[in-house]
Amino acid sequence: MKKSNLWLGVFGALAILLAVAQAKVLINAAGATFPYPIYGKWLEEFAKVYPDAQINYQSIGSGGGIRQFSAGTVDFGASDMPMTDEQIGTFKSKPLHFPTVLGGIVPTYNIPGVSQDLKFTPEALAGIYLGKIAKWNDPELQKANPGVKLPANEIVVVHRSEGSGTSFVFTDYLSKVSPEWKTKVGVNASVSWPVGLGGKGNEGVAGVVKQTPNSIGYVELIYVLQNKMTYGSLRNAAGVFLKADLESVTEAAASVAKTMPADFRVSITNAPGKKAYPIATFTYLLIPSKIDDPAKKKAIVAFVHWMLTDGQKYAASLAYAPLPKDVVAKEEKQIALIK
Amino acid sequence: MATSAAISAPPPGGARALLQRLRNGDELARLVSLAFASSILLVTVGLIYQLWITSALPRHKFGFGFLTSSLWNPVSGQFGALPFIYGTVITSTIALLIAVPLGVGAAIFLSELAPPRISSTFTFFIELLAAVPSVIFGLLAIFTLVPLMRDYVEPSLKKLLGFLPLFSGPIYGFGYLTAGTILAIMTLPFIISISREALLEVPTEQREAALALGATRWESTWQAVVPYARLGIFGSIFLGLARALGETMAVTMVIGNDPSIHASLFAPGYTIAAVIANEFSEATGDLYLQSLVGLGLVLFLLTIVINAMARLLIIATTRRGSAHP
Repeated sequence: MKKSNLWLGVFGALAILLAVAQAKVLINAAGATFPYPIYGKWLEEFAKVYPDAQINYQSIGSGGGIRQFSAGTVDFGASDMPMTDEQIGTFKSKPLHFPTVLGGIVPTYNIPGVSQDLKFTPEALAGIYLGKIAKWNDPELQKANPGVKLPANEIVVVHRSEGSGTSFVFTDYLSKVSPEWKTKVGVNASVSWPVGLGGKGNEGVAGVVKQTPNSIGYVELIYVLQNKMTYGSLRNAAGVFLKADLESVTEAAASVAKTMPADFRVSITNAPGKKAYPIATFTYLLIPSKIDDPAKKKAIVAFVHWMLTDGQKYAASLAYAPLPKDVVAKEEKQIALIK
Repeated sequence: MATSAAISAPPPGGARALLQRLRNGDELARLVSLAFASSILLVTVGLIYQLWITSALPRHKFGFGFLTSSLWNPVSGQFGALPFIYGTVITSTIALLIAVPLGVGAAIFLSELAPPRISSTFTFFIELLAAVPSVIFGLLAIFTLVPLMRDYVEPSLKKLLGFLPLFSGPIYGFGYLTAGTILAIMTLPFIISISREALLEVPTEQREAALALGATRWESTWQAVVPYARLGIFGSIFLGLARALGETMAVTMVIGNDPSIHASLFAPGYTIAAVIANEFSEATGDLYLQSLVGLGLVLFLLTIVINAMARLLIIATTRRGSAHP
């Protein structure tokens, strides 16, 4: 008697689960960790306006996102760096890149006795990371910071230890401003660093910098804003020293919006605008151009559209730089390519 | 009822006999436990097989050069395992050099010399230490061990032994020595708690006999008790070593993550487990990914080789030893 009741219960629960599963279309996505906080917020809010779909996002890293997306194990991917031609070549129909928000990368440092915000020229930053500028009182640094008494101490260079989109953007920037960096080191999520210590994640780099006198590291803008850390300003391509904030990062994308390729696969570091912060990047959703399941297609299209309109409003409060209007308009047109 | 029928039945043959033995339970227990035991073997073999086939690319491209090259450059697609092998061996060696004398000493104190109440209190705390997650040890290391090493330990070592290449060069606080020290702290609880168990299992007669022969307390402990518990103590060291070789999180937080080989223990380095954890999620391209899997295989083989060597050491010392079970 009791046993049959139990079975009834189990079947009942299963039936309910099945019914729920059938009502909702389940979409899986995976990729970049940098935008995970805002993606989480977006999915939560989107579920309220579009209850027919449930989108799961796993933040496994950009490389993993591209890999899983290429293998077809997720419905769409996400990455801090655009896919390469070679990676796109493995697809039958070309995947689409949709920029979602922007991030900036800033230099942070710990020099005992120096409390002012430092100014960095691109040459100084590249020189430090190449190991050619070894002391804080190097003329290149002193020249940009005339009022600051810089010590004659060795610079301890800190970089990310793990492969990351942040390192990709940072090395991309250094390659643009320093021919020597381009030939000696190059651009990648992880590179063979000429000098320095590796810290794991933003928190690792920040931790090492905080713990090590005379050190310098690079971290995401969102991290320094949330943790109220000191960071330096950087001279942009127009020759203006800028301390990064959300506007100057958005401006980096706006200043290249006109010349941007149609597929959005573009680096926006060292952007030409006067108000453009030089180390900025898009982060992307990678969406197949052909989605066979009509329910999934409808949900994904709705999500992208919502992300470009209502979703952007959540960016600033979570310390992400929102997309400039020109880019949003271009992306809206690209939605039509999802077949 | 079934059992009584089975007892009165004539001796059955073939399949019925097997069924009978299964019913009695002994055979069933034997088969089940055999299945459990072989599943471990199966997992190990499956692991090696999987690591082997998914690391084919670097093996074909670099051959033995994979093991001997110290170049690790994801941009140009050159991958060599040597800096990671070196870092893994060096940090584990430092860890054992610190943890073995401390751990065995502490175990001797707790089992032989300390009053039982103190012993059990201490043991409780030591076992608590074993349960602390490694990321906590890593954080502890960044915020307390690193400044300590940078400001006090490493400068004094440099002053004292600076003429050796091992203790020269710039001091960051992050590096082999700090990683080895945090590993020593993490392996200590294993060594202490298992060595203590082994020492406690030594029969009292062993001690009484030594004392009766006129040995002092220390002589009895060192010459009669410790050799008797030798196997258990070695076992504890293996377990500690296994933890040191495979530890990832705490190490990557303090080793500096620099894939090159430095003679100085103050310099930043890298271990196999740390590089896999750091670079796997963002590794793009098959060669890069398979090189990381290849590193996993190297770590596996390294563990086997070190364990085999340690076992040979035991066999050698046990043969030579006088007092052992």
